[in-house]
Amino acid sequence: MATRHDTAAPPTEEGGAAPGRPPAAVPDEKEQRRRNRMSRRWQRDIRWSPYAFVSPFFLLFVAFGLFPLIYTGWASLHTVELTAPTDMQWAGLRNYTRIFDDDFFWNAAKNTLTIGIISTVPQLLMAMGLAHILNYRLRGSIFYRVMMLAPYATSIASASLVFVLLFGRDYGMINWALHAIGFDKIDWQNDKWPSQIAVSTIVIWRWTGYNALIYLAAMQAIPHDLYESAALDGANRWQQFFHVTLPSLRPTILFTVVVSTIGASQVFGEPLLFDANKGASGGAEHQFQTLGLYLYEQGWVNQHLGRASAIAWTMFLILIVIGIVNYVISRRLRASS
Amino acid sequence: MRTITRRSRSLGALAAVAALTTGLLAGCADDSGGSSGGSSSDTGGGKGKTTITLGLFGTQGFKEAGLYTEYEKLNPNIKIAENVVERNENYYPALVNHLTTNSGLQDVQAVEVGNIAEVVGTQASKLVDLSKVSGVSKTNWLDWKWQQATTQDGQTIGLGTDIGPMAICYRKDLFQQAGLPTDRDKVGQLWAGDWNKLVAAGETYKRKAPSGTTFMDSPGGLLNAVISSEQEKFYDSSGKVIYKTNPAIKAAFDLTAKAASEGLVGAQTQFQPAWDTTIANSKFAAVACPPWMLGYLKGKSKPDAAGKWDVAAAPKSGNWGGTFLTVPKSGKHVTEAEKLVTWLTAPAQQAKLFNVQGSFPSAPGAYSLPQVTGAKNTMTGDTPIGTVFAEAAKAIPTQVIGPKDQIIQQGLTDNGVILVTKGKSAAEAWNTATKTIDNNLEK
Repeated sequence: MATRHDTAAPPTEEGGAAPGRPPAAVPDEKEQRRRNRMSRRWQRDIRWSPYAFVSPFFLLFVAFGLFPLIYTGWASLHTVELTAPTDMQWAGLRNYTRIFDDDFFWNAAKNTLTIGIISTVPQLLMAMGLAHILNYRLRGSIFYRVMMLAPYATSIASASLVFVLLFGRDYGMINWALHAIGFDKIDWQNDKWPSQIAVSTIVIWRWTGYNALIYLAAMQAIPHDLYESAALDGANRWQQFFHVTLPSLRPTILFTVVVSTIGASQVFGEPLLFDANKGASGGAEHQFQTLGLYLYEQGWVNQHLGRASAIAWTMFLILIVIGIVNYVISRRLRASS
Repeated sequence: MRTITRRSRSLGALAAVAALTTGLLAGCADDSGGSSGGSSSDTGGGKGKTTITLGLFGTQGFKEAGLYTEYEKLNPNIKIAENVVERNENYYPALVNHLTTNSGLQDVQAVEVGNIAEVVGTQASKLVDLSKVSGVSKTNWLDWKWQQATTQDGQTIGLGTDIGPMAICYRKDLFQQAGLPTDRDKVGQLWAGDWNKLVAAGETYKRKAPSGTTFMDSPGGLLNAVISSEQEKFYDSSGKVIYKTNPAIKAAFDLTAKAASEGLVGAQTQFQPAWDTTIANSKFAAVACPPWMLGYLKGKSKPDAAGKWDVAAAPKSGNWGGTFLTVPKSGKHVTEAEKLVTWLTAPAQQAKLFNVQGSFPSAPGAYSLPQVTGAKNTMTGDTPIGTVFAEAAKAIPTQVIGPKDQIIQQGLTDNGVILVTKGKSAAEAWNTATKTIDNNLEK
């Protein structure tokens, strides 16, 4: 936006320590009005332009975030089928109350929790270790950093399909290796824990590098004199890690935990593709069906949009509860330190 | 004074927001215009040509059989474009979505037999009644195929392309090593009329089976074959779900479970990579086999398996697979699309399709055409497969189909009989399957 500097608004108050302005030539009335107009326009610009600049996000959010959210809530109070989405029959809270004794929902909730733990905890620990190693002076460190981000840049679909082949029961490479060192072969798709571990592996593989880079960035921001003074006090490397690095990373760790928790609650692509034929049912006995997958199965395979909407909203509420718990814990932690 | 300026400011902001929103909406409108542009008159390549678009899934083979080129030659002002989604699981929900919102539809849309009942029941008002189109004659099709796409009040919204008359494909070399007959008539007599006899033949096979092989490929394949030959399966003729009380279904389930617990079938799920590998490594001796399955076997086999297969009649005839072509009313070129569909599904074109693609004609008029009677397949050597499958096609019962057949069948297979191969009992497998299916069916 071009501003004419000669007509820009004068400071509201003159004086203070600044030397007074030389008396300007008194403009005639017409010129004065023009200046006032420009000044008002300028103020308006300053005041409202920021809203215009941020509005695209909010407009998109309303169109593709808020509206679907509210409409989903409305649909969840009805019996709606995908074959006739405009034909809604009022069902009240039936879609929510049935969730309480829907074994499949709670099974999916449990799976989401266990897959979330199996995938998030090792992922963050490994990310921390990797970041610590990369924080040393290494030859070709850029190469390692790029390599670590490569899985993140791979599409879920192609990664999952490769992992499906690796985890194959009869002809998979992992079972072949296990067999070679004398173990029995494992049915990675049909047994409960192996299948959950396999799905978690895909998640871990994709996200460890991403988190490691975040930790690395935070580690590099830690002032070096902290380490120096710790070294002067006689702290060894481990002590430095535990007493300097970790406390400094606390906000970053909290951030990655929150982001990973949200990600884990929405795991969908990996279990969907892990058993391509059974698809949304997540295994013969739903052993790795996550909530996201169950939602998809109800809405798109079984075509019950009302039930799917209720599941979506329940997931949303569960996430809010998790968020509050997270907030309370982090406040306690901060208060105790 | 101040309040006035504030109001005028907020008005200004509102105007800015409104302008942005309009821009946004205009952008959306542009987009949808662009995506439906596929079916509008083609202004690029051929001047004044009408482009008809087909929405298909899987490999229908019209293009591969050269039918588009032929039609374009016959009708110089027409251009044909197809838009293919690989798997029906992904194609069908999108199709339903497009039909209910009346947007994003192609001029012609294919519908799989597993979904046709639902489309007939819920979407008929969106589709053209093809029985009224000139050149379409009910007598061209097998009666049951015509009926499947016909509503209660007599509108036929889809014209049949192919069907899947089922036979049993078997490996002659493996059968011989196991001491079973290899001549296709004798093999057929071994189990004629009774699926129990087929399982009994499997027990015979197992006693002298070449090591590492099973009699059949998978529990799902056997269950599907048995169920397909029943007149009533998951719904009764009034449209009520009866799969749990239908004795034929329970018998089919128990028979498959028995075969699975005795190790007569491979512990595999059809069409998964591991199952494909069992084809490549010749791990099973027989498979329920519509004509298109020969094409699949050919695609996954090693070259040395060519000619080692043969085709025998199934204990009871049944149908597995098949497609219909429909014309949405909201299409841009409805008349041209009607003509194209009529031509593509005529007996002569169905016969050509079979010859190239192995999709078996649903028009009996094609069965006597040389492309069918003279058909051979590299997997089965000299076997006159056209004649064998035509026999099976004529014996297919008029089956009662329902809107959720696919969900029920998948539940019985993927949440049911497969568990028996994991050491669960038949009763446990049945419980898991029915519990899953009931939850999936409940609105």
